[in-house]
Amino acid sequence: MKLSLGKYLLPTYVALTFAFLAIPIIYTFVFSFNDSIKSNIIWRGFTLDNWLDVCNQQEVCDAFGNSVIVAVSATVVATILGTMIAIALVRYRFRFRSATNLLLFLPLATPEVVMGAGLAAQFLDFGWQKGLPTVIIAHTMFTLSFVVVTVKARVATLDPALEEAGRDLYANAAQVFWRITFPLLLPGILAAAMLAFALSFDDFIITQFNSGAVDTFPKFVYTAAARGIPAEANVIGSFVFLVAIAIVLVVQIRSSRKQKKLITK
Amino acid sequence: MAFVALGPQAPVASQKPTKTGRVALYLLLPGLFYLGLFFLTPLFSLILTSLKAPSATGVIGRYDVALEIGNYGYALGQYAPQIFRSFSFALIATVIALAVSYPIAYFIGVTARNRPLLKGMLLTLVIAPFFISMLLRTFAWKQIFSNDSWLLNTLKDVGLMGADSYIIGTDFAVIFGLVYNFIPFMTLPIYASLDRLDLRLVEAGQDLYANSVTTFRKITFPLSLPGVISGTLLTFIPISGDYVVASRDFLGSTDTAMIGNVVEANFLRIQDYPTASALSVLLMAAIVILVSAYVRRSGTEDLL
Repeated sequence: MKLSLGKYLLPTYVALTFAFLAIPIIYTFVFSFNDSIKSNIIWRGFTLDNWLDVCNQQEVCDAFGNSVIVAVSATVVATILGTMIAIALVRYRFRFRSATNLLLFLPLATPEVVMGAGLAAQFLDFGWQKGLPTVIIAHTMFTLSFVVVTVKARVATLDPALEEAGRDLYANAAQVFWRITFPLLLPGILAAAMLAFALSFDDFIITQFNSGAVDTFPKFVYTAAARGIPAEANVIGSFVFLVAIAIVLVVQIRSSRKQKKLITK
Repeated sequence: MAFVALGPQAPVASQKPTKTGRVALYLLLPGLFYLGLFFLTPLFSLILTSLKAPSATGVIGRYDVALEIGNYGYALGQYAPQIFRSFSFALIATVIALAVSYPIAYFIGVTARNRPLLKGMLLTLVIAPFFISMLLRTFAWKQIFSNDSWLLNTLKDVGLMGADSYIIGTDFAVIFGLVYNFIPFMTLPIYASLDRLDLRLVEAGQDLYANSVTTFRKITFPLSLPGVISGTLLTFIPISGDYVVASRDFLGSTDTAMIGNVVEANFLRIQDYPTASALSVLLMAAIVILVSAYVRRSGTEDLL
């Protein structure tokens, strides 16, 4: 393949852009070690204190805990509901299919501020008090379609002959599902769950409209931004980043080994 | 923070749904009911609220059901600059993000195609910013661009910037932050399209003596169009409603406020729910019109 111009130009450009993308990440990480007093703006020297005593700033820790509670709850509900829809969409014929597809597509094409304000307006109309439960309801709603899209791709690659083989061997519907379908779908379901968790954990706009007095981690950062974000928030951000990157790298390396085998065969 | 799912996906085998029966209903109903109750009816609540009038009791934050269409005129008249700014910022940032992201997507999807490990690492780097809170990243840019920062002092010393010029709070800073935050959303769908591009078609073009510009214009780019379309939508829509980057606590100022900032202020601070709702309805209507026109013109009806 001829790529005379792109031979050096393109890799250089890509490397520079990745360096650019990394700048705020590195900045956040470095300033998590800053020996700051209140606001974490000027570099005052290296310390491990922020990492060793994160809950020194109680609000940061509480907000982080709330984010985990919300993300886990929303992920569980959205993954179950979304997987059911995905299976139905790929396997079953039913009326109102295009209406169903539209209802699933719309949340993906709606700006968060509209979903957030709409739900908040409805909670006002219903007279529901805002708090952790309303945040969980909101997060389940906006992550559901993402789960459907992700699991649907996996269901579509699944060979129906495998399930037929199970039925031929006198397995009942429940056995076919739990012994054949579910294990084969599991990678897709796990990917969807990870995506839902990440989206929920990082969400700010929908959360701000529906959380009342409760803080999640992103909401804490937003509120703190006016007076300066404490270094402990950088610690939590960096910690989450390292864990997520580690997970992704393990998955990537394993799947690239698999692919390499396929290519060399 | 969203839209990652529309990125790289396993190619979907064309499998015709065959089964029929009640099971489909049981599988669909809980999830669709949930979306109906917490996505669809809230949109109606929004319309309802946008038409409300201040309560006769005069209590702040209390409104009565009414048909106050004037709320829309007020919202449009009062916040025309912010509405205009939202869409122009979104348009500019989307175009820049497309220009920045396309070569990256091309490199990962075409150049690195047969090197799975490199490809995996590069994809990880693209999505890496997602793993650190969007607010922390934006705040980091605020520190980097703040007056008296190392960067600004250097630029001023070298003479590239005037002594009393600044970056934070300008249109430039906001658009810069928006582009930065949405590069991954643009890159992933374009990559997904380019990854499936059959390189033999490009070779065929070269065999027919087309130069690299012509093969790109006539073959590569048209075949990557589905990715470009979803990438631009996944960037434009969230940006038009974003209010973190343009907030004066982050990269913006009162001069850079977008629709989102106005909705936030009206809904959550001064409890003017009708105006906030009217603005949200207008934003949603604009997006729906735009998306359907755009998708129809580009001819890709099956974005999902």
